[in-house]
Amino acid sequence: MATTAPVEQIEAGEQLFRDLIARDSRIEPRDWMPEAYRKSLTRQISQHAHSEIIGMQPEANWITRAPSLKRKAILMAKVQDEAGHGLYLYSAAETLGTPRDKMTEDLIAGKARYSSIFNYPVPTWADIGAIGWLVDGAAICNQVPLCRASYGPYGRAMVRVCKEESFHQRQGFEILLELANGTPAQREMAQDAVNRWYAPSLMMFGPPDDDSPNSKQSMAWNIKRFSNDELRARFVGMMVEQVKALGLTLPDAEVRFDEETQKWEHGPLDWNEFAEVLAGRGPCNAQRMERRREAHEEGAWVREAAAAYADKQAAARAASVKAV
Amino acid sequence: MTGGSTTGDDGATAPSTGLQEKRQGWPLWEVFVRSSRGLSHVHAGSLHAPDADMAVRNARDLYTRRNEGVSLWVVPSSSIITSDPDAKEQFFESPQGKDYRHATYYTKSEGVKHL
Ligand SMILES: [Fe+2]
Ligand SMILES: [Fe+2]
Repeated sequence: MATTAPVEQIEAGEQLFRDLIARDSRIEPRDWMPEAYRKSLTRQISQHAHSEIIGMQPEANWITRAPSLKRKAILMAKVQDEAGHGLYLYSAAETLGTPRDKMTEDLIAGKARYSSIFNYPVPTWADIGAIGWLVDGAAICNQVPLCRASYGPYGRAMVRVCKEESFHQRQGFEILLELANGTPAQREMAQDAVNRWYAPSLMMFGPPDDDSPNSKQSMAWNIKRFSNDELRARFVGMMVEQVKALGLTLPDAEVRFDEETQKWEHGPLDWNEFAEVLAGRGPCNAQRMERRREAHEEGAWVREAAAAYADKQAAARAASVKAV
Repeated sequence: MTGGSTTGDDGATAPSTGLQEKRQGWPLWEVFVRSSRGLSHVHAGSLHAPDADMAVRNARDLYTRRNEGVSLWVVPSSSIITSDPDAKEQFFESPQGKDYRHATYYTKSEGVKHL
């Protein structure tokens, strides 16, 4: 590995790395890369993977209570997609040298982070609509530029993820649309869910640019292509239009298009709350972690049985080869 | 340690033999999907599975949830032999400067039909 390679080799590798970034080309797993690049990507990709995995929980909770067979099937397909996204991303992170089992361990031990959005409660069916529309919507906004991330495996994983995401947002939008056109109580439920998920979904883009120390480096490495605030503004603009089609409103009296900067502006966000949730003190952090741990423990016998079966089969094959 | 994957299809590790270790992480498999008859299997990504049968089943669930394939290959990542990635330049040097291997090199025939 790079750490034990002779000096000339590192220098050549470093030169190639710089050239590749300057040309906006891609870095592949066996290329030399700065330790900080490797570390930062490992953190970002594994956090992203953890978010997909934890993100299954709030929605999986609603599968049995989804209002129709069709909605159950759709929700199951979505949750299964999120599991897939987690696996694509763990694969990408593994190419940087950290085994998947280690990442799982870190998550279960509470040493790893995941998106703070999944620590909010999901009390009604309309929340499932709002999650699809706003949370998956924000995720798409964030992920589309990541398809061009300088690290090849990450970009490739994001391409696959983005292809699958668009149905997630549309199914959420459709749930809200149906509720918004339903009884007054259903309509109120839809509006209430949008009211609760709006600000947290804006905070998914991360802290404001002047308070986001890693962003600059990440952009210099061509991992991030747009700043947090840029992406957030773009997202707000899209939601302003879409919410009209729903016949609902955004809970933000300060949303406006700034003619001068040609950017969408939104009202203030509660960054203290963001920090609290990120620090593990959100409304559902403990519950999500406990459920993840339980699921891991409950699945232990399956993993053991599969490994035992594989060993037996391999032993039987080895014996039959000898016999021949 | 950095090799052997997939989505990072650029670095296989040396082939290993023998029974797999106990749950020291399931082995890694590379997945290839044939999207329809008449096309070749194309690398889709990788996954972990305890054995080949499970790898095929997991590959179906992970890479063909939307009719993306009519056939799957799974290959132990450790079986993939890769060109030495540290010697990229030299290894692929030979075709460079040999433009005459491409049809576009032959410009005199421009305008002549069916050529
Ligand atoms: Fe996802
Ligand atoms: Fe999604």
